[in-house]
Amino acid sequence: MTMTPTPTKPWAASPKDRIIDGSIFIVSLLSSYLLVFLTPLKGKLAYFVCFFIAYAIFTTAFKGFQRGNAAAKDALVNSLVAIGAIVTVIPAASILLTVLQKGLPGISFGLFTHDMALATPTDPLSNGGLLHAITGTLTLMALALIMSVPIGILTALYLTEIKGRFTGPIRFLVQAMSGVPSIVAGLFILSAILYPITKAYSGFMGALALSILMIPTIARTSEEVLNLIPNELREAGTALGGTQWRTVAMIVLPAAKSGLVTAVILGVARIAGETAPILLLTGGGDRVNPNAFNGAIGSLPYYIWKSFNAGSPEAITRAWAGLLVLVGLVLLLFTTARFLGARKVSK
Amino acid sequence: MSTQELVIPQPRQIQTEPRRSDKVFRGVVTGGGLSSLAILGLIAIFLGYRGFEVLRQEGIGFITHSDWSISTDDAGNVLDSHFGLAAMLVGTILCSLIAVVIAVPISVFSALFLNFYAPGWLKKFLITIIDMMAAFPSILFGIWGFLVLMPSVEYWAKLLHRYLGFIPIFDMQVPVYTRSPFIAGVVLAIMIIPIITSVSREIFSQAPLDRIQAAYALGATRWAMIKAVVIPHGRSGVVGGAMLGLGRAMGETVAVFTVLNIVFQVNWQMLLGAGGNVASLIILKFGEASPYEIKALMAAGLILFLLTLIVNAMANLIVKTTGKSGR
Repeated sequence: MTMTPTPTKPWAASPKDRIIDGSIFIVSLLSSYLLVFLTPLKGKLAYFVCFFIAYAIFTTAFKGFQRGNAAAKDALVNSLVAIGAIVTVIPAASILLTVLQKGLPGISFGLFTHDMALATPTDPLSNGGLLHAITGTLTLMALALIMSVPIGILTALYLTEIKGRFTGPIRFLVQAMSGVPSIVAGLFILSAILYPITKAYSGFMGALALSILMIPTIARTSEEVLNLIPNELREAGTALGGTQWRTVAMIVLPAAKSGLVTAVILGVARIAGETAPILLLTGGGDRVNPNAFNGAIGSLPYYIWKSFNAGSPEAITRAWAGLLVLVGLVLLLFTTARFLGARKVSK
Repeated sequence: MSTQELVIPQPRQIQTEPRRSDKVFRGVVTGGGLSSLAILGLIAIFLGYRGFEVLRQEGIGFITHSDWSISTDDAGNVLDSHFGLAAMLVGTILCSLIAVVIAVPISVFSALFLNFYAPGWLKKFLITIIDMMAAFPSILFGIWGFLVLMPSVEYWAKLLHRYLGFIPIFDMQVPVYTRSPFIAGVVLAIMIIPIITSVSREIFSQAPLDRIQAAYALGATRWAMIKAVVIPHGRSGVVGGAMLGLGRAMGETVAVFTVLNIVFQVNWQMLLGAGGNVASLIILKFGEASPYEIKALMAAGLILFLLTLIVNAMANLIVKTTGKSGR
């Protein structure tokens, strides 16, 4: 009977390595406690910082001792890179936890059935709600969608299907446009339309500013999606005698449908929480206003802003509850977009 | 020899005349495509048109002076006005520089982690988190920064002042730590980390695989490989990503307004609780502004627009040229 050699994995961590890694971990944990105890550094963050510094120093020193200079540098970068990733994620976790923790006490059924017409932000939480804000935000989103989806997708089509003389400049301008600060978009609508023409706050003005912010997101994402559509489809369309218009409308766009929906949803998520132009343009009414073209209209960001600035504990709780609803909305949109995007890739 | 008439066939002109439907289609699509040009142009024209009066009156002082005052008589006529953006511009640059200085190392490290260290499931999870963070509304960062982050950042600021106070930028005469540019910078850093991380990740992932494997085959450690292959490849892309973040940080309004104490005085001391930001100025003054002051705000908006446009344009150029040089 021949012996089959058992496969070895020389690169895998041996029990000895694991014990050493574990002890380094424990030693740095202990030293972080010691440092916090001995020095004036205080707080959870101090523990974190001390622990990571200690861990980085210990692993670097040990690897350097065990395997030399190159390994020491590698170990140092290992721990730095891990710290980078953790520091990136901590704020996201903290934000989500805080919003949940502080927003949940303010959430009640009445919040979704009342508006603030008969209440002020400093009233007890049982008075009033954010119905006007939710309807207002949905109105603004719908109007902004109607205006920006055609322009965004046409821009993407120009960049991918026509590829005319202006392709380079337009791609550049769309990218420049995605960097336009939201307040500048608000000021632009204020100076170009609100002051000279309508002279009154309305939801439509807000939606105009929001669509300026939304167009570049939709255009850039749609361009990426349309670029993924294989050229064979376009050639097949042309070979069957289709004009370019028929090819694009009957073949390219349907093939890219779910990707385009993703692009649109990402655009909506981009503007759902925009505050600055809303503050300048919509006037922020306190009662449900179904007419976006006439009169001030409330919205979630405006409601949050107003409650936050009112300052009393009730008002702050209102602001957190509003933030929770807003974050829920944004995350819902975001998850839908990712779900659709993932499905397209897996096909 | 009979001479024969030699007929040389002329190449026929081939012409494709697009159908009418295609002409219409191309026209409509080109029109839609040019809308971005139109919008950007209109923004510059209208803000310039509205702000022209103030810009002409203040001249170069609009960006070199730092007092912002207007006095009117009872009828609303302007008696005297001084509009200067210097403090706000300095504040904008200071806050966004702090943000970029904090955000770039963290983003580069986490981008490296995502590309070369993280196992597949963790990578997917982290990318989702980072993309989600990029979608958070700015008012959320502002209020979170004010109520949650500010106390601990104030504490770090005190430590910085106590132990590193001999460096001029950490120095301050009056111990006022609340609502300083440093805090605004930290909030902005958290906002732009997702942007810089995803740009850097994209650039790093385009690093040539054969060279990565060659480096490993020569016995390089992971860091040696990154230093030899990934960083030379991605350096300018990271610069471009950082500038995109800078542009975003410069134009940020609500998040900065909530955490920053706006003072009309040029202040380079980042720990002192007095700063400025052009976008926050507009929100601050907009509520009670007279028509003439609104014009000044429009001019301020124009300056901000041009500033972010330049920064963004440079960033995009840098990112684009890097993408092309990916051999």
